[in-house]
Amino acid sequence: MISNNYTAANRRRYSLAESFHIDVPLMIGLLLTAALGLVILYSAGNQNEAIIYRQLTRLAVAFGIMVVIAQIPPQQLRFWTPWLFAIGIVLLIAVLAFGEGKGVSRWLDLGFVRFQPSEIIKITLPMVLAWYLADAPLPPKPSRVMVCIILIIVPTLLIAKQPDLGTSLVIASSGVFVMLLSGIRWRYIFSAMLAAIAAAPALWYFMHDYQRQRVLTFLNPEQDLLGSGWHIVQSKIAIGSGGIYGKGWLNGTQSHLEFLPERSTDFIFAVFGEEFGLMGILVLLTLYLFIIARSLYISAQAQNTFGRLVGGSIAITFFFNIFVNIGMVTGLLPVVGLPLPLVSYGGTSMVTLMIAFGILMSLHTHRKLLSQ
Amino acid sequence: MFRQLHIKDHTSEVRLFKQRAIVAIIVIIIMMLGIVGRLVYLQIFSHQHYTTLSQKNRLKIVPLPPTRGLIYDRNGLLLAKNIPSFSLELIPEQIKDIDDTLIRLNKLIPISDSDRKHFRRLVKQKRRFQSIPLRYRLTEEEVARFSVNRHLFKGASIQARLIRYYPFGEAGVHTIGYVGRIDTRELQRIDSANYSATTHIGKLGIERSYEKILHGQVGYQQEEVNAQNRTLRILDKTPPIAGKNLTLNIDIKLQRFADEALGEYRGSIVAIDPRNGEVLILVSKPAYDPNPFVTGIDSKSYAALRNSPDKPLFNRAILGQYPPGSTVKPFIGLAGLDAGIANNSLFCPGWYELEGDDRRYRDWKKRGHGDTDLDKAIVQSCDVYFYELAQRLRIDKMYKFMSLFGFGKKTGIDILGELPGLFPSREWKRRKRHQAWFPGETLITGIGQGFTLTTPLQLSSATATLSMDGLHFRPSIVHSMQGADDPEPILTPATRYKSVLLKNPQNWKKIKRSMMRVLHSARGTARGSAQGSSYKIAGKTGTAQVFGIAQDAEYNAEELDKRLHDHSLFIGFAPFEKPTIAIAVIAENGGSGGHVAAPLARKVMDAYLLGKGL
Repeated sequence: MISNNYTAANRRRYSLAESFHIDVPLMIGLLLTAALGLVILYSAGNQNEAIIYRQLTRLAVAFGIMVVIAQIPPQQLRFWTPWLFAIGIVLLIAVLAFGEGKGVSRWLDLGFVRFQPSEIIKITLPMVLAWYLADAPLPPKPSRVMVCIILIIVPTLLIAKQPDLGTSLVIASSGVFVMLLSGIRWRYIFSAMLAAIAAAPALWYFMHDYQRQRVLTFLNPEQDLLGSGWHIVQSKIAIGSGGIYGKGWLNGTQSHLEFLPERSTDFIFAVFGEEFGLMGILVLLTLYLFIIARSLYISAQAQNTFGRLVGGSIAITFFFNIFVNIGMVTGLLPVVGLPLPLVSYGGTSMVTLMIAFGILMSLHTHRKLLSQ
Repeated sequence: MFRQLHIKDHTSEVRLFKQRAIVAIIVIIIMMLGIVGRLVYLQIFSHQHYTTLSQKNRLKIVPLPPTRGLIYDRNGLLLAKNIPSFSLELIPEQIKDIDDTLIRLNKLIPISDSDRKHFRRLVKQKRRFQSIPLRYRLTEEEVARFSVNRHLFKGASIQARLIRYYPFGEAGVHTIGYVGRIDTRELQRIDSANYSATTHIGKLGIERSYEKILHGQVGYQQEEVNAQNRTLRILDKTPPIAGKNLTLNIDIKLQRFADEALGEYRGSIVAIDPRNGEVLILVSKPAYDPNPFVTGIDSKSYAALRNSPDKPLFNRAILGQYPPGSTVKPFIGLAGLDAGIANNSLFCPGWYELEGDDRRYRDWKKRGHGDTDLDKAIVQSCDVYFYELAQRLRIDKMYKFMSLFGFGKKTGIDILGELPGLFPSREWKRRKRHQAWFPGETLITGIGQGFTLTTPLQLSSATATLSMDGLHFRPSIVHSMQGADDPEPILTPATRYKSVLLKNPQNWKKIKRSMMRVLHSARGTARGSAQGSSYKIAGKTGTAQVFGIAQDAEYNAEELDKRLHDHSLFIGFAPFEKPTIAIAVIAENGGSGGHVAAPLARKVMDAYLLGKGL
């Protein structure tokens, strides 16, 4: 049977993209978005070429890693999943025990490289859930759901304790997305949502002072003009004054007169909105939507439960990052330090993101070799 | 049917996933529309509003630093104040080439490497339109030189800022500490909004321990600026709230007096009011001038301080852990009395032997003290008596009793960083040394040698507790604090620990009388120190052997010799009947306690009780 398959596949002529396991539409979407990101970064960074150069290097490295990951067949990824997850958890505990910096310990210094173990978890948590759920028929039985909840809660709490509320939020949601995709009954989902709302006051109790401050600031930005309230006030002015067509590239007064803080990183969307206006934003959102839709399509085409769940969760988490960032910059959500994917200046999370897309490509491009 | 459930149904799973994926994409589109809705609201409906705001957006928020609280001593003398000082500041966003500006400025006003390093760090942390200090404490000449050339340096200006000044310099540094520039580690700890206008933070002592209270709350003003960032007018102002002023229990004049009385000796003197735990003096010698630290001490002077064999930076009063020597004897004696085993006398031949061990534990007096009871053993400091007493008490009982006085525990004083000293126990030795407890160690613990370590603060606190018949207070430095809105100073209440209770309270009297006879009887080890005093003093001398320094090859022979001399110790309180001061004196390498430490304590007591010499 396999040999049949092999000859059938062999008869086809492989394009370059296929032999490198690259999904062309997804690749185009990613490249276009990254290019748009560079354009706005040039403006946000005060036309500093060094910044562009550095960001380009990062993009090159991240895309390179994506291509490497895409070469690994999904069954290999699946085999390594539980081990990688376990390593991630051990490193998280290690970072709490001997992390760098007092009070805030996110980084682990291995001598030659410094990284955040939470990035490993970002990728491996959805994978480990999918790996576990794929073993039994879906929708999962309540006992299996419980195991999944524990698998989600442990890393979430470890990261929240660092304390890094933004990342723990993203990680918990990526896990929840796997569960949603696995087909848990809607009534469980709705009751869990109600419970979460009821538990919000308890969460307040566990928050650090600065995190509470952020929530208070969100409710009343004018109250904290020296801290993050300033960010929100200024970014709303930037976006609002951009109007439909924007002030034009390099012409944003908010950003260039330095009223807007963190404009190359977390608040770059405000610069985008100011200079390119609503029209520009619609282009960006369309690109994002295209990437998400393509990713969901790829997941739906995947050949097994593991692939479907991992792929779907990658797609939704990608959207979640975008939504939280834009929500924050437009004043819909509290200030959580999350970058805008593919656009914000910065390294670590970009690599993680591209690894995720690498996995998606691997899912899609190794499929034909195996299909019956 | 049930078996069927366990077989994976591929098609139905795919269908299930596709359903969910469709729900997901629908929710995603709805949320994206939500974002678009928000953007339509901001960019179309509120466009006019925000355009106006952005055109008028010449509003800048300028943080205003709160004035740091002042520190007074118990008599109202200023220990830490804020004096105006001129500093050179730069606003990075107005400067095209910072490096070039720094080089050109350096020709007018000397800028050190550490100034430059500190400046660069601040540039990264602050907003680019904020003014960042480059050099503090400009001389008038430097101010003049810059003012003449001001037009050459866009974005640079001279600012008058308040900087901290400590008028008593060395005398207070180990208590008050000092403030210094905020460093990277502290930046992670502090509330960056509240410190946005603050350049300095408490680094040591009271300045650090009471940082929150002294700092105050930042204020800010909204300024309207033109396109060149020049301030046109101030629109709104929230004034900063100044930090609270602190009044300490420390008597700075007495402290300076005690510091000078120590003369050439390194060491520490701590005095406490036993009635409430107020710390009257906390001397650690040698000390250093804190004022250069405020503006950034140059690395050469700092290295000199750090590498000095006298360790001036080391706060001996709370960090120095010394073997207490014979000063523990009154406490061990009390333990013996309380256990009912210290009522007999014994014959002291000048040495002591444990059964089945031919090692001789020697008395400091070679010929021995002859017939000795507890009173004589304290007055003349007989070691053999306490070997026997310790042997009969055993280590567990000693450990338990001494812990009541705070030996081996932090006193809880309101300065951060205090060390706990050490009083050994079987359990401690097993845990830390992985060894069993040896009987010989019990003996030497009984005379304050061996593992036992105490800080001067601890000794004086224990003495205060003893002088008050077991009433045990937490030593406290801060007496009261007063903010701008407080009509009256808010007193910090005295904290009482659990009292030391004896089975027979008469035993307090007994021990204290013996301690009085240490100074006021013909054979007392400190008999010279109370001569001609108008009040009675009780106390105990101690001499502690010095270990460890011998290996240090850096000292010359003569110096080495001196540093191997015993430490001279004294604890005491006065007046005997109604004590108002309890004191611990340690003079490093001073030799016997009776000759150096006890006369020092007398001097301080005279100054405190009679005002002599102040």
